[in-house]
Amino acid sequence: MKTYKVYAINDGTVIDHIPNAKALKVIDILGLENKGILTIGIGFSSRKMGRKDIIKIENKFLKKEETDKISLIAPNATINIIKNGKLTEKRKIELPAEYLNIIKCSNPNCITSKANVITRFKIVKTSPLILRCHHCERIISSGEIEIL
Amino acid sequence: MDFKGKSIISIRDFDTEAFDRIIATARRIKKGEFAGCLMNKLLATLFFEPSTRTRLSFESAMRYLGGEVIGFSGTDYTSVKKGETLSDTIMTVSGYCDVIVIRHPVEGAARLASEISKVPVINAGDGANQHPTQTFLDLFTLSEFFPRLSDVRIGFLGDLKYGRTVHSLAYALSLFKAPMWFIAPDLLKMPAFLTDEIEENGSTTHETEDLEGVNETLDVLYVTRIQKERFGDMQEYERVAGCYRVTKKVVDILGKNIKIMHPLPRVDEIAREVDDLENALYFHQAHNGIPVRQAVLGLVLGAIR
Repeated sequence: MKTYKVYAINDGTVIDHIPNAKALKVIDILGLENKGILTIGIGFSSRKMGRKDIIKIENKFLKKEETDKISLIAPNATINIIKNGKLTEKRKIELPAEYLNIIKCSNPNCITSKANVITRFKIVKTSPLILRCHHCERIISSGEIEIL
Repeated sequence: MDFKGKSIISIRDFDTEAFDRIIATARRIKKGEFAGCLMNKLLATLFFEPSTRTRLSFESAMRYLGGEVIGFSGTDYTSVKKGETLSDTIMTVSGYCDVIVIRHPVEGAARLASEISKVPVINAGDGANQHPTQTFLDLFTLSEFFPRLSDVRIGFLGDLKYGRTVHSLAYALSLFKAPMWFIAPDLLKMPAFLTDEIEENGSTTHETEDLEGVNETLDVLYVTRIQKERFGDMQEYERVAGCYRVTKKVVDILGKNIKIMHPLPRVDEIAREVDDLENALYFHQAHNGIPVRQAVLGLVLGAIR
């Protein structure tokens, strides 16, 4: 019998190919903490990535607009939707239209740095990635992105 | 674009059609149309930091169209001093008036206010970010002298790195595809991302460190103040500020048809001797703040359709 380090799930979402040690951040961004059963694997061997993390979320079928939120920290993650023990959908991460409360604005004089305000960033360019703060309109490039 | 009920926060929220609408409305107001159209309407001016032209011209604009004004300038005698949040102030005040004009030292404050307020919010400056009605009045002033904004050959002189006025006007004119010259010392040159965006919108841009580097005839020179505090070395500041001073002689070199604009306040980047020349538009430009802000108030309040 094949043994699994992380148990297979019958229904739910599997997020694979998360960069090593980023699984907890992914859970945080997706707001999955205390929202049902999660199995988390950290530091698994991966041919492609060396080390990788994996998350299995039971009885939750995450939509594309939800999983695209992790594009900044896990751009090469794969999303597997499992129904009745079978893989029914496999997809890649794409850039969302907007990042909501994921990125910290680099402008210390932005209202989001001064008050309790949800940050919003829109994509200006994808290659290289350039974002604009919805509030102060400051431009940030991929090297300057700081996750909240 | 239907302006009724809309907040005016950033120049990036508008297209050329919206600019043309504001210009056309301001022109009709200047001819005396729409008198009294804001009767029984109330404006709240919330100035969290000082202003001369913007606050007074908004208040004049409201009163000239028959409306009333409440508000504060500086937060010393408000609940802000007691620690009230911007969100609570806006939520409260939006129940007291028909439209809010806000100036705030923090960037993004006006956008946040517009998302909380029940009535339209007009941004009268949020830190170094946006001041859209300044851009509208700049466009309106240009339109009085140049029938097609796409043809205006405009040079921007001075602090192009930090100047929000320049950034907004250059962006707006790029939507009309007007050709532009950016004249600034290396330390204060236009941010590259903005120049790229302006070119992507269809404008041609030329960068040079001094006016001598402009080899073609300009229609307009838009001058901005070079701020001392941007320089660590005062000798360097004196040298740069001296190179960017517009005098009668400079106007002569630029040609008799050149128009000189400036968002004001100025320090000494335009010599007083230029004020009397027909080329000087800056006070006329400041006075255009009234019809343009009347147009904006009338449109967002739905009194001008």
